[in-house]
Amino acid sequence: MKASASETLDATVRRSYATLLGYLASRAGGDLAGAEDALSEALLAAVKQWPEQGVPERPEAWLLSVARRRLIDDQRKSQVRERFSESIQQALESADELAGSGEGFPDERLKLLFVCTHPAIDEAMRTPLMLQTVLGLDATLIASAFLVSPVAIAQRLVRVKAKIKAAGIPFEVPEREQWDERFSFVLDAIYAAFSCGWQSSFESQTRGEMAVEAIRLGDLAVALVPGEPEALGLLSLMLHCHARRPARVDATGGYVPLDEQVIALWDHSMIDRAERVLKTAGEMGRPGRFQIEAAIQSVHAQRRVTGRVEWLVIAQLYESLLTFTGALGARIGHAIAVGHAYGAEQGWALLDALPMDRLEEHQPYWAARGHLLKQTGRVEAAREAYDRAIGLCDDAAVRGYLMGRRNAE
Amino acid sequence: MEYMLIFTESAADFAKRNDPNEAPAYWGAWSAYAGAVAQSGIMVSGAGLQPPETATTVRIRDGKRTLHDGPYAEAKEMLAGFFVIEVPDLDTALEWAARSPASSYSSTEVRPVMPTPSKS
Repeated sequence: MKASASETLDATVRRSYATLLGYLASRAGGDLAGAEDALSEALLAAVKQWPEQGVPERPEAWLLSVARRRLIDDQRKSQVRERFSESIQQALESADELAGSGEGFPDERLKLLFVCTHPAIDEAMRTPLMLQTVLGLDATLIASAFLVSPVAIAQRLVRVKAKIKAAGIPFEVPEREQWDERFSFVLDAIYAAFSCGWQSSFESQTRGEMAVEAIRLGDLAVALVPGEPEALGLLSLMLHCHARRPARVDATGGYVPLDEQVIALWDHSMIDRAERVLKTAGEMGRPGRFQIEAAIQSVHAQRRVTGRVEWLVIAQLYESLLTFTGALGARIGHAIAVGHAYGAEQGWALLDALPMDRLEEHQPYWAARGHLLKQTGRVEAAREAYDRAIGLCDDAAVRGYLMGRRNAE
Repeated sequence: MEYMLIFTESAADFAKRNDPNEAPAYWGAWSAYAGAVAQSGIMVSGAGLQPPETATTVRIRDGKRTLHDGPYAEAKEMLAGFFVIEVPDLDTALEWAARSPASSYSSTEVRPVMPTPSKS
């Protein structure tokens, strides 16, 4: 393919994949799998035809038109769906007119976000589904990010889409009374994309790529629903964390913990944006989990100005965070912050009170345990905890850091 | 289900075992990993292997027996050890594979163990 044709296609996919898919799925009665197949076929046709026939003036309309023909063919072939096909065909015809008329077509991406995170869908599959349908990521990348076999994830995605169709999960934006809960599922799924692998592999390349994709989703959620402070909070949180990525590894590839990072390596314009976004959220006067987590990151970022970490403020923020979520990560973070703010013994008491059954294989817990035990002078127990954290770690940089901490006097 | 985690290492990785600068980190990581597996109660069996140059390979073709020094086939990454673990599913096995030090510098292959026919 000529550079210009392939570049245009890449850019179109990146810009409009979700818009096109959302539109097609909406017009195909919520048949996500069918809409995806049709869109894939249209993209394939573009790969073949654009270099020869030239790039169409309006690439999205071209793709939509090809995909629509494919969908209509499928509808005709499908005996089961015969009853519906007439109305769907009508909808598709009008879609084509719309696409050809030069006017924009309706943005159905929000519906797409809600379908992917519908409570009837297995929670573990919501994020992979969202990454595939909204961003068009391929199954192999998703498999690597979530540490699931590529064959298995592909099969699960197919099954999920079959369920959406079979169970008739509606392709729509939820009613007001369900809105808050359903929108929180959307945000949770985006955050899961951002934090995939966070528990152990802080530094992997895969994680960095997924973080970028998750921020794209966060931007999209904010753009589609500008009045939701938690969406802004989530975006701010992700921007804060991502801005510090260059500082997390030193010149020799070693892991650097947040409070020892070289401030000059942070992406300051990204931090500035994170702060602005959080401020906008705060002005709406409806605090929530993601806004508080972003605020904690914001305090860390203030080290730019004050030169120190205000652990007292962070400990207080964790306390309010715990009124919104009992997540293990929040409770561990709280114990660490209290350890810094009020003394290691108090931090240790909080950590030691956590229920062990869910923590056996939770690497950050063992690292925190080693840290607090060491600070309270329980040297032997600290070594054992660090050993466990090292054994559960799946990132070479973090492993090396933990081994250094374990052996330090 | 039982899965075998098959750890491979490159020649440089094997050399770390006896390099005074590298050995403490190498063995520290492996013993911590083995400890975590053992403490989770999923270990069925396992062993680390001496380096590939200690291998001797036996082959019999058309009644003719040949022995040669070294492994069956030279490759960039060679078998370094294995664990058999008992976990609920492949996802869990992959999680444990990712934690092995070998995954960070060479690779870890995950294979389901064939079920033994029950003796009735």
